[in-house]
Amino acid sequence: MSDVSPSVRHYVDQFERVAGSLPGSDLPWLRARRESAIERFSELGFPTRRNEAWKYTRLAPIEKRAFVPAAATSEVSSAEVERFYLSETDCHHLVFVDGHYSAPLSSPGELPAGVLIEDLSGALERTPELLAEIFADGDSENRHAFSALNSAFMHDGALVKLPKDGVVSYPIHLIFVATGKQDDFVTNPRVVIHADRGSRAAIVESYVSLNDAVYFNNMRTDVTVGASACIEHYKLQRESRKAFHISELRVHQAAASAFHSHSFSFGGALVRNDIRVGLDAEDATCTLNGLFLADGRQHVDYHTYIDHRQPRCVSQELYKGILSGRARGVFNGAVYVHPGAIKTDAHQSNNNLLLSRDAEIDTKPQLEIYADDVKCSHGATIGQLDENMLFYLRSRGIQEQSARGLLVYGFARDIIDRIEVNAIRNRLAESLLRWLPHADQVRKIVQ
Amino acid sequence: MLSIKNLHVTVDGKEIIRGLNLEVKAGEVHAIMGPNGSGKSTLAHVLAGRDGYEVTSGEVSYEGENLLEHSADERACSGVFLAFQYPVEIPGVNNTYFLKAALNAVRRHRGEPELDAMDFLSLVKERLKVLHMDESLLQRAVNVGFSGGEKKRNEIFQMAIMEPKLAILDETDSGLDIDALKDVADGVNALRGDDRAIIIVTHYQRLLNYIVPDQVHVLDSGRIVKSGNHELALQLEEQGYLWVRQETASA
Ligand SMILES: Nc1ncnc2c1ncn2[C@@H]1O[C@H](COP(=O)(O)OP(=O)(O)O)[C@@H](O)[C@H]1O
Ligand SMILES: [Mg+2]
Repeated sequence: MSDVSPSVRHYVDQFERVAGSLPGSDLPWLRARRESAIERFSELGFPTRRNEAWKYTRLAPIEKRAFVPAAATSEVSSAEVERFYLSETDCHHLVFVDGHYSAPLSSPGELPAGVLIEDLSGALERTPELLAEIFADGDSENRHAFSALNSAFMHDGALVKLPKDGVVSYPIHLIFVATGKQDDFVTNPRVVIHADRGSRAAIVESYVSLNDAVYFNNMRTDVTVGASACIEHYKLQRESRKAFHISELRVHQAAASAFHSHSFSFGGALVRNDIRVGLDAEDATCTLNGLFLADGRQHVDYHTYIDHRQPRCVSQELYKGILSGRARGVFNGAVYVHPGAIKTDAHQSNNNLLLSRDAEIDTKPQLEIYADDVKCSHGATIGQLDENMLFYLRSRGIQEQSARGLLVYGFARDIIDRIEVNAIRNRLAESLLRWLPHADQVRKIVQ
Repeated sequence: MLSIKNLHVTVDGKEIIRGLNLEVKAGEVHAIMGPNGSGKSTLAHVLAGRDGYEVTSGEVSYEGENLLEHSADERACSGVFLAFQYPVEIPGVNNTYFLKAALNAVRRHRGEPELDAMDFLSLVKERLKVLHMDESLLQRAVNVGFSGGEKKRNEIFQMAIMEPKLAILDETDSGLDIDALKDVADGVNALRGDDRAIIIVTHYQRLLNYIVPDQVHVLDSGRIVKSGNHELALQLEEQGYLWVRQETASA
């Protein structure tokens, strides 16, 4: 490993330093996984912009900082965390402080028989055989440096396991809080969701910060949706404006299963989200909805990949972006329809609103279709506020600033309104209102 | 109430309104007819205050004030209402709070207290009934997924809520079936009063059977080339616009 770059070297050194103290370090299968992952990481190195998938996202700001794995020392009061709860509904809460599970702050609550909602580090101690089984089943490929890094360093996170026909009625809320009490730290949380045949649940991942700390969150979520199971997945990223957030969500779906993803990216200095869904068996349905808001110099990059492998699967994708200031957005939506995936129904759109002259978005649909008898469509738009809409509102007595704010609100609200859980919808509408230009005027109208 | 003198308007470097004069008094209903592209919608938009139209000369006074000095929202608040030829769909903006914002903007301007949610809702429901419109409309986004006819009714519904002094209806009757046409006429007639005026832009005289105008004007190439009473509308519908042109050319 003598020829690796200093930024890669840094993480390899860190790995050597902490490997022995990572959860499950006494488990040979896990140690082997971690070691092969760090090796893979040093082979791959950080992606450069010559790599098509990273063309518009410059990683230098992450590479040049020497992030250190966060220690589990930060004390946080329950009052500091409770404000991130979804107040209008009961939830099964797991709270992670700087990436480490906090038992005192968590309240998994009562669960139906056979349902497991656990912290990963604890589960590795309590039920290592179960974890070995789950990890052996999963998609272990480390596609890029960041997922390799996560596989090497993963120290905590959540395990959600739903038995056959198991139904969890309240949302499962995983709250990842960054305290900013340590400098330049990195966390590598892993969430594993294993939904057996016929099960149902809504899982919410919240990423929040207590202040405007600089840190690096490199997370990964693996989801297996069994036959006829239905999983709603929400990701609410509302982190510090100085945070770096890289994530990968991987989903594998069995026959007639449903997976609905709602991804919201409001915070962060540099955010990259990869979402990969494998429609591995017939009649599976997936929905990918997303909304990103960025201003100042924020950079948000969404890459989605939907793999239609079998007949009669449906995918519906709608992403919207609102950018102002000098913000930069990237949307890349890949849909791959394999030979034999007949009667595939795949629709994608990405609509973007640019509120300033210096904001920019690169959007690209990428459809590859190798099957006949399919219905596929895609569309992307980039625009300013519509002058016709603006005039319409003003001709009804609504002042210019309110009208502009209201149109931005409406543009985003269209995505938020697709959320099934009231409490999440209201929470996001509130975050949106706080972000909006001319927020006070808009609030007065819509509330 | 409205006085337009020698108005010239340019859009994208092209003169569309070319020396237009019009006097509308309180209590009157005026109809403006004219071939496609003669400038009817342009006139309506200029009066409502849309950006992008350059008034190169002329004057428009409304209730003794220079109308052109005011922004679109100020004009709306002072009682000017445009029923759009092509009402705009606004996804994500809910009809109820849109209407409430519109009404309260006007009320604030008039120095009246804002309506609370209860009073607003009962007003809205009453007006919906008059126009034979379904309450489910209130839960929907502004004009989104509305049929052509529903959009036109919705314009009149908004007018009924805002109670303007000067209402300009831009081809509100186009594409309406007879029941919808009657509802629109009822909505307009309910608004008529000694202190209000209405300008109806139309191609057909059938709406004028229900809302009888005091004056009918023919707009051609950005000018009013002929004015008359209701008879003129009937004559235009029978004979088209060509004879008006020939008459003005020979005059
Ligand atoms: N935004 C615009 N830019 C350039 N030309 C326009 C614009 N709007 C309207 N026009 C032109 O102005 C003329 C009058 O249009 P309009 O007022 O819509 O007519 P009408 O409503 O009588 O059918 C037409 O020749 C039309 O092409
Ligand atoms: Mg017109």
